Amino acid sequence: MAMLGVASHWRRYRELYTLKGSRCAKCGQAFFPVRRICPNCRREGRIEPLPFSGRGSIYTYTVIRTPPEGFEDYIPYVVALVQLEEGPLVTSQVVDCAPSDVFIGMPVETCFRKIRAQNREGIIIYGFKFRPRDSQVKQQ
Amino acid sequence: MNGSDGLRRRVAIVGIGSTTFGEHWDKGLRDLALEASLKAVEEAGIKGKEIESFYVGNMSGGMFLGQEHVAALVADFLGLKPAPAVRVEAACASGGVALRQGYISVASGLYDLVAVGGVEKMTDVQGSLAATALAGAMDTEWEAYFGATFPGIYAMMAHRYMHNYGLSREALAEVAVKNHFHGSFNPQAHFKNRITVDDVIGSPLVADPLRVYDCCPMSDGAACLLLAPLEEARKYTDTPIIVEACSQASDSLSLFDRGDICTLEATREAAGQAFSQAKISPREVDVLEVHDCFTIAELLALEDLGFCRKGEAASLYKEGQTYFGGRLPVNTDGGLKAGGHAVGATGIKQAIELVKQLRGDAGGRQVKGAEIGLAHNVGGSGATAVVTILRRGG
Repeated sequence: MAMLGVASHWRRYRELYTLKGSRCAKCGQAFFPVRRICPNCRREGRIEPLPFSGRGSIYTYTVIRTPPEGFEDYIPYVVALVQLEEGPLVTSQVVDCAPSDVFIGMPVETCFRKIRAQNREGIIIYGFKFRPRDSQVKQQ
Repeated sequence: MNGSDGLRRRVAIVGIGSTTFGEHWDKGLRDLALEASLKAVEEAGIKGKEIESFYVGNMSGGMFLGQEHVAALVADFLGLKPAPAVRVEAACASGGVALRQGYISVASGLYDLVAVGGVEKMTDVQGSLAATALAGAMDTEWEAYFGATFPGIYAMMAHRYMHNYGLSREALAEVAVKNHFHGSFNPQAHFKNRITVDDVIGSPLVADPLRVYDCCPMSDGAACLLLAPLEEARKYTDTPIIVEACSQASDSLSLFDRGDICTLEATREAAGQAFSQAKISPREVDVLEVHDCFTIAELLALEDLGFCRKGEAASLYKEGQTYFGGRLPVNTDGGLKAGGHAVGATGIKQAIELVKQLRGDAGGRQVKGAEIGLAHNVGGSGATAVVTILRRGG
């Protein structure tokens, strides 16, 4: 993706670092990324912040073999849609396991990781990824 | 509401022209656009100055060439100035949406002769930059940001589809095999070679489970149509093709915001509107052009357009039903897979293939007695869908 300035990453850090979304208090639907208008209730909806638990399971996934610009050093890597406990699906990478260990339905949790570096001089971008939910147990 | 109640006039396609889709190292964007539009103008027996307005689908002149303001540029080199020229961008559906804009402008009575085109020059930049440009069709902040690629998004659909409906790897490959077979009869196709299921399954992985032969190529190419009111169509052609409907719908750019990632709701919505406006059912369609940017996309399209139930599209590939001699011929020009995908031109190219089929001019791949054709053009992973229904004029 395009090389964007610092502000483009900074303005999203709450969502990128801690998986903060929003919810409509009227209909109960949770949103990630944040929505400021509920698509169901429109102007009658009441949007409030929602910090997600970070736990979920893999809804579907792929293994990227042909990388986009900036991700050449990471292939092969797993990109998944994770269904969060609170309902929404989110897109991110699955790490701390071999691509062949990943399966639909696998329990995962968020972890804070480097997403990519913008060449040698550019900023390093961080954000959430997912790892197998039992990885802590395994390490102990 | 189907959006057609306010449109007063019936619209016909009265001229077509397109370039070969492929790697045109010797031609730039304006050369390609000129070649396609000159063919259309010549076919309609006009000089060109009669064209009152011009709509051109182009996804990313800026990323592929560093060239924006493409509509006026092309209009100038086509000799169309001072006619208003409008660039239409809806990712891979740019051409289809341009067609719809032209259709609306004639149907409404605003103009009596309109050119709608599409052009994309993709091979002047490296593949990785072109892939970055295409990734702009999805949500860059919440999909591409994490390393998702465009094939990766469709791969995730394919994976979930296989999980839900038990689709086999071999069955998915049949889509590419059929489209390459059709491409071998199309002199303008990007790929004219025939392939086997084993070729597909043996090709390198791009994004599991999708392999090289599941993916359409990046092509250079241009295509152009001329639209006129049906009552004036005979001035230009003996074989007017009627635009019975041209409907469009939107959905989330991001795959993760869909209710069901194995269904393109925008396709369902646009198809419902188009069938209603044309007053026909899927059973009456003789030939189909659907948006097969990846093999899985063709299966989803056949289901979402209403030609079979969800999860059952692969069964249509048994006994050659989707081949041009079969019951439901799909992508007779080779589709995006073999015919090629010059992004902004694809929606126009699809309509041109239908025009050839409905005129009886499709040569070795002619569908016998075709009267009604349907084209389906998708932007991104389904955020935009355009469904166009064409009928042979009486």
